[in-house]
Amino acid sequence: MAEILSLHEAVKQFVNDGDTVALEGFTHLIPTAAGHEIIRQNRKDLTLVRMTPDLIYDQLIGAGCARRLVFSWGGNPGVGSLHRLRDAVEKQWPQAIEIEEHSHADLANAYVAGASGLPFAVLRAYAGSDLPKVNPLIKTVTCPFTGEVLAAVPSVRPDVTVIHAQKADRKGNVLLWGILGVQKEAALAAKRCIVTVEEIVDDLQAPMNSCVLPTWALSAVCLVPGGSHPSYAHGYTERDNVFYQAWDPIARDRATFTAWIDEYVRGTADFEQYQAKLASAAEAQ
Amino acid sequence: MSYNTNEMMTVAAARRLKNGSVCFVGIGLPSKAANLARLTSSPDVVLIYESGPIGAKPTVLPLSIGDGELAETADTVVPTGEIFRYWLQGGRIDVGFLGAAQVDRFGNINTTVVGDYHHPKVRLPGAGGAPEIAGSAKSVLIILKQSHRSFVDKLDFITSVGHGEGGDSRQRLGLPGAGPVGIITDLCIMEPQAPSHEFVVTSIHPGVTREQIVAATGWPIRFAETVDTTPEPNDTELTALRDLEARTAAAHGQTPGDA
Repeated sequence: MAEILSLHEAVKQFVNDGDTVALEGFTHLIPTAAGHEIIRQNRKDLTLVRMTPDLIYDQLIGAGCARRLVFSWGGNPGVGSLHRLRDAVEKQWPQAIEIEEHSHADLANAYVAGASGLPFAVLRAYAGSDLPKVNPLIKTVTCPFTGEVLAAVPSVRPDVTVIHAQKADRKGNVLLWGILGVQKEAALAAKRCIVTVEEIVDDLQAPMNSCVLPTWALSAVCLVPGGSHPSYAHGYTERDNVFYQAWDPIARDRATFTAWIDEYVRGTADFEQYQAKLASAAEAQ
Repeated sequence: MSYNTNEMMTVAAARRLKNGSVCFVGIGLPSKAANLARLTSSPDVVLIYESGPIGAKPTVLPLSIGDGELAETADTVVPTGEIFRYWLQGGRIDVGFLGAAQVDRFGNINTTVVGDYHHPKVRLPGAGGAPEIAGSAKSVLIILKQSHRSFVDKLDFITSVGHGEGGDSRQRLGLPGAGPVGIITDLCIMEPQAPSHEFVVTSIHPGVTREQIVAATGWPIRFAETVDTTPEPNDTELTALRDLEARTAAAHGQTPGDA
């Protein structure tokens, strides 16, 4: 059964130094608040997994939480590069980061395999691509029935997955909808799973066949309205396109970035304070 | 109506999408051209985005691959794993529509790195869905602006394969799809020529010279025996494109032409 906890308590209990952590979200339902809490609690040496690392991974990397990044597309969607990721890869700041690079089809299949309790995923992929030359974990397997040579990649099985979702009930059952990405697979592939939600209700009123993660498959559920900012939660919040653009100059420079993290993340007690600070800064402008 | 080279590129790319075809759409230029096709010549084109929407009919162009607009206007929204497993690998995609940072003469694509992989000059976003779209879609269209830096003699990194080393490369690699059938730029249209499958110029946009194309290509570009002049964008195409860009700019608070 998932416990209903504060985000502070959930990260304290379930995210450890050195863990493999997947904070998933395919441009929707990105668990930003949880990423901030990981920075506040100063977790180190994390292996971060995500198909589409964007702003929150830039922040975790720049804040020195990550040792390794497993990914398939890293950027600020619609804007440009992740400057903190690039600085870590190109100039080892604030520390060196190992990168393990895949394609989307690979990682999506690897999460499915992880959730299925399998050691690896098989897919038709990578023929003619240079990616297997730089990622030794991408191998091949021969079909025992047809002889076709297919790609074999290790499954993703995080120590802890963190996702954001729309609703939970008081027992900790979670309902999510819209662009689902690999949220369900990532949750079920992990040993532990934290879900932040927009609201906690008496009854989910989930339509039949909808995407429900049962409480007994989760570790913690935390009420964090707006916790996926600057991404969005379909039906609750809008994507903050201006913030994605504003992030570019902040992240471009080490000093500006560090000042931002110190003031807005390390300098706030929780996500509610962070949002209040962000709002008053926007008003001052 | 007068038009600019970016508009010519988008219109020329949109015309390549047949009505009723099932198209796996990349974000950015491919998404713009695919939606222009849907709003003009190909109202029944089915647009699939890797985040999960199938049959998306966005009123404004998405800024990200997972904008809510795509989900709200889609016939159905499925998990990302399903997009790649059932719909792409399952063989249901007619056209993969891709952008690129760099392309070579065989339509191979680099979106990973400029320079050495381990000591990059420029680190690009990476593969995303492109390698398997390039492999498994029945055909592939590539759209990008043409310059010496983007049309290179040798790619530093092949992220997504086109015609490989040319000739029967794709068959030897066991790839199910036919690979890239067109590269549409702001200057011209290129198509692969059998048996080498090297891309040659088959249509030049109005007002563009052969010298411009040669100067903007990093390999000794060849021209087909018969080279057409691309028909100019007509008023219907231009109006639809400009309306789409204006709606997008208003929705996202951008300058028209950015999206």
